Amino acid sequence: MGKATIMEPMTMVDFFWSPFAEFAFMQRALVASLALGLISGPVGVLLVMRRMSLAGDAISHAVLPGAAIGYMIAGMSLPVLGLGAFITALLVALLASGVSNITSQREDASLAAFYLMALAIGVTLVSVHGSNIDLMHLLFGSILAVDQTALVLIASATSVTLILLAMIWRVLLTSSFDPLFLAQYGRSGRLANQLFMLTVVLTFVACFQTLGTLMAVGLLMLPAVAAKFWSRDIPTACLLASAFAMISGATGLLLSYHASLPSGPSIVLTAGAIYLVSLFVGSHDSLLIHTIRSTRHRES
Amino acid sequence: MRQLYRPLLSLITVSSLLLSAPIVQANPTPPIDVVASFSILANITEEIGGPLVNVTTLVGPDADSHVFNPSPADAKSLARAQVVVINGLGFEGWIDRLVKSSGFKGKLVVASNGVKPLDFKEETKSHAPEQKDSHDHSHKHSHKPKTDHGKHDHAKHDQGEVDPHAWQDLKNGKIYAENIRAALVAVLPTARDEINARAKYYIDQIEALDQDSRMRLNAVPAEQRRVVSSHDAFGYFAQAYDVEFFAAQGWSTDREVSAAHMATLIREIRKDKVHALFVENMSDPRLMQRIAEETGVRIGGKLYSDALSAPGTAADTYLKMFSSNVNTILQALEP
Repeated sequence: MGKATIMEPMTMVDFFWSPFAEFAFMQRALVASLALGLISGPVGVLLVMRRMSLAGDAISHAVLPGAAIGYMIAGMSLPVLGLGAFITALLVALLASGVSNITSQREDASLAAFYLMALAIGVTLVSVHGSNIDLMHLLFGSILAVDQTALVLIASATSVTLILLAMIWRVLLTSSFDPLFLAQYGRSGRLANQLFMLTVVLTFVACFQTLGTLMAVGLLMLPAVAAKFWSRDIPTACLLASAFAMISGATGLLLSYHASLPSGPSIVLTAGAIYLVSLFVGSHDSLLIHTIRSTRHRES
Repeated sequence: MRQLYRPLLSLITVSSLLLSAPIVQANPTPPIDVVASFSILANITEEIGGPLVNVTTLVGPDADSHVFNPSPADAKSLARAQVVVINGLGFEGWIDRLVKSSGFKGKLVVASNGVKPLDFKEETKSHAPEQKDSHDHSHKHSHKPKTDHGKHDHAKHDQGEVDPHAWQDLKNGKIYAENIRAALVAVLPTARDEINARAKYYIDQIEALDQDSRMRLNAVPAEQRRVVSSHDAFGYFAQAYDVEFFAAQGWSTDREVSAAHMATLIREIRKDKVHALFVENMSDPRLMQRIAEETGVRIGGKLYSDALSAPGTAADTYLKMFSSNVNTILQALEP
């Protein structure tokens, strides 16, 4: 991949190991992307199963006003930005699920309504505050700039997400197969749903500090959709998605290092490549399988 | 420290001028509306125009001209303006459309008119172009790792040919002031004497600061004059005052950094023993902190590149901004 820029012959060690051995920023970026990959898998797959693929997109915009307020209060302080982002995103998620519980409107519709308002408030806050560049930095975090504080933030968010997921795993699995399940299950089903939204929000707060809000959606959704081409079993798909996301993180960083590409997009593009490969040759429902099946139909 | 008092001095002189002016002319004209594209030009215009001008700034203090979004209010003030001052050299990519759409019919001043533009091609190396005593360095840098080629092509491609940050050389600042003076005189011929007097006083100040800065910076040994900044905006400064600048980030602040760029920079800092790292007033300080941690150099403070700081703070005028930059660099370079 680095052929255009690196002329000397490279050994495997040079290619895969040296960048991480030589530079601490590469090590931190790797650790951060592996941790994020780990939680992106299950959260992404569950979102896809529940037909809320775009919820991630919505929530990624809902973090903006909180992050903007956090910036006004404390400047470029990661914990404060993270907390602000967490609060507004959670507020949007809970309002949306609350409205869809009471009214007959679907959750994604009310989520769209609330996130658009949040986004508008966020953009207004940033513009009134004056400096345009802050918004750009909130939207495009840089994984190369991950420091100790950011790593701790990511680690905590990852751990809490995993614990929460373990707690509500059963209910989530069942309800993902049967959308009416939640309604029948009543109160505890709704609670599980709200806890799930909490994990989605947590995943985002962890992601947006490193990849930026736009790229974070890519790492969350692309591996999940790709995994669906390889397995129908949800736990297997979750594991696969985590693996894909982690591979994307590591490969994307190497791509950014060797081919001189921006790091966030490299990671998301790697995830995109995995998706395309899965779409063509995956073992379930892929284009290859469909071709084989239609050929067989013709033969018989 | 001396520089800090100059604006005050100028204020005193100028106000004495003003006190005498009404007696002679009885102040026949109300102030004319001038729009300046960004804070530095606004300040120069105010210094020269004084009470004769009413300056509106499009991109205010601490904001970034590269990613500016004009609002309808901006178009409105542009339409009302009698003079619009822009930097030129491709700095304000959005200005042409804005001027056209606002229906502005006054005088458009390109402040950088007459400046000898620096090529971005040689400047992306971020080193001062060949000068007598930096000869040995430039030679060393021609043996850079091959990874640089890709970067250079990118930079040339993305950025066009010339570096717009001409005001970072005070000699160019004099040209800016002269251009603005000529435009104001053309629009306000009756106030010619007052404008000329103010301009002369201001240009003298620029001249003095220029000589003073050059003297103080050149007192530092040449091999120590190596710094890294998060914004590749100091090409003119590097050339004029013979300080080597290494860039931490591409020219445009809205572009994301690649791991390769970070790695090259860290290697260069280690290799060239750069002394100081600077975080400027609008870039992401997190990247700089990472580089500082990795290389052990110290973060030298804020350099102002494209914008003044908020009114009442350390760099709220062009001259204060410039002398603040010189002081910051000197402080960081002192052992």
